[in-house]
Amino acid sequence: MSEPEPKIRIQDLHKSFGPKVVLDGVEIDVDPGEALVIIGGSGTGKSVLLKHIIGLLKPDSGTVIVDGTHVETLDNRRITEFRRKFGFSFQEGALFDSMTVWQNVAFPLQRLTKMSRSEIGDRVEECLAMVRLEGTGEKMPSELSGGMRRRVGFARAVAHQPEILLFDEPTTGLDPVTTALVDDVIIELKEHLKTTTVTITHDMESAFRIGDRIAMLHKGKIIASAAPEEFRRLEDPRVQQFIHGHAEGPLSEEALEKP
Amino acid sequence: MTVTMPGPLERLFEQVGRFFQMLGRVFAWTPRPPYDWRELFRQMVKVGVSSVPVVLLTTMFTGMVMALQTFTTLRRFNAESFVGSLVALSMVRELTSVLSGLIVAGRAGSAMGAELGTMRVTEQIDALEVMATDPVHYLVVPRVWASTIMLPLLVVMGNGVGIFGGYLVSVVLMGANPVSYVDRTFQFMDLNDLFSGLIKAAVFGLLLATIGCQQGFYTTGGAEGVGRSTTSAVVVASIAILISDFFLTKILF
Repeated sequence: MSEPEPKIRIQDLHKSFGPKVVLDGVEIDVDPGEALVIIGGSGTGKSVLLKHIIGLLKPDSGTVIVDGTHVETLDNRRITEFRRKFGFSFQEGALFDSMTVWQNVAFPLQRLTKMSRSEIGDRVEECLAMVRLEGTGEKMPSELSGGMRRRVGFARAVAHQPEILLFDEPTTGLDPVTTALVDDVIIELKEHLKTTTVTITHDMESAFRIGDRIAMLHKGKIIASAAPEEFRRLEDPRVQQFIHGHAEGPLSEEALEKP
Repeated sequence: MTVTMPGPLERLFEQVGRFFQMLGRVFAWTPRPPYDWRELFRQMVKVGVSSVPVVLLTTMFTGMVMALQTFTTLRRFNAESFVGSLVALSMVRELTSVLSGLIVAGRAGSAMGAELGTMRVTEQIDALEVMATDPVHYLVVPRVWASTIMLPLLVVMGNGVGIFGGYLVSVVLMGANPVSYVDRTFQFMDLNDLFSGLIKAAVFGLLLATIGCQQGFYTTGGAEGVGRSTTSAVVVASIAILISDFFLTKILF
C-alpha cells in the first residue's frame, strides 16, 4: 500500500532576511490529522516557517505544498481562497483593536462561512467558553491581559473549524492551568475534527502532551523528528539539552560562538 | 560592472513604485464585493466631518488675510474695487483646496499611517490576510474613497467661509461698499473655476489617503517604525500635494 499523501510537505525551504539566514533547507511532511509540534530556541525561525505554510512569506528557494498546491505559486486572489482552510493563532494574539472581543471571534465566521447571524452568535459564545472567557465579548482587546488576548486569538483561529490549524506559541506566558486547558482544546480538535495541527512552542510539557510527533528546528534545519516517546530518548545532545533545559551544552556553546 | 544607484534615489523610486502599486490595488479591489458601506461611512466621518472646524477656521482667516493684503496693495493703484474678485478667485481656484489638502494630510493622513503601521507591527494585517481578507480591500479602499469624496465637500464649505472672511474684512474693516463687493466677487467667476478647485481637492484626497495608507502598510521596526511612518505620511503627502497642484493647474486651465 502506498503512503498517504501528506497534508503539508515542505521541501528544501530557504529564507534569508538580508544577510541573516533564517531557514536553511527545511524538510518536513505533516500527515492528514497529525499533530506536529515544532520546538527550538528563540529566534531559530519557527514563526518564519509557520508563515511560509500559509503563504504570508515567500521562500527564497524550495517549496511548500499543501493538499497538492504549491503555496508560493498562488497569486493574490487564489491565495485568499487557499487560506480558507487554515486557522492561525498569532504569538501576541494579533486581535483587531478597533473591534470588541466578540467581533474579533465573529470575524472569520462572517468572512469565511455562510453561517447565519444567530449561528455565528452561538459559535462565538461556544469558542469563548472553550478558552474560559465567557462574558468578555463586549470588552475591547486593550482591556484584556496579555494571556487573555492570546486566548481570544486562539478562539478566533479555531472558530470556523478549519482543516489545518497553525499555532504560534499558543501557551507561552499562560499559567499552568490555562496551558493545560489550551492543550486539551488542541487535542480535542485533533480527535473529533481530524484537524491537522502544527504547533510551535518551547514548553516541553505541552509539546509532549499534544504532539503526535515532535520536530526540533535548529540553525534553519530540522535536526530531529520523532514521536514523543522516541523523541525523549534521542541521543542528540542538542535535543537532550533542550528537553531538560540545561544551561550548559552544545546549544549554549554555539550561541556563544556567534559574533 | 554594475552601477548602483545612490541611496536616496533608490528610496525615491521605491516610494513611487509602492505608491502606484498601492493605487493599482485600490482600483483593482474597489469593484469587488463585499462592499463595506459602513466602514466607508465611518471613514468619511473620521476624515471629513471631524476636519470641518479646522478647515473652516483656516479658510476663514486665509480669506480675511487675503482681503487685508490685497486691499492695501490694490489701494495704491486705486483698484480696491477688485478685492472681491481677487479673494474669491484665489480661494476657489487654488487656496482652499491646497490648504484643506495639507490640513487633512496632517490630521487624517497621519492617522492612517499610524493606524495601519500599528496594525502591521502587531501582526493585525497578517491576521487579516490569514482570515482570507485582503488588507488593501478591507483597510485601504474605504479610507482612500472616503478621503477622495470628503475633500471636495470640505472645499465647498471652505470656499464659502473664505469668501465670507474676505467680505467681513473688506466691508466691516476697510469700509468697502457691500453691494458692489458682492457684485465683484461673482462677476469674473465661472463654474469652471469652482470645478477645477474641486477636481484638485479630489485628487489631493486620493493622494493623501493612498500615501498615508501606503506608509503605514509597509511599516517595519516596531514603535519607532510606526513613528517614522506617521511622519512620512504627512511629509510625503504634503510634497505630493504641492507638486501635483502645479501640474493640475497647468492641465486644468
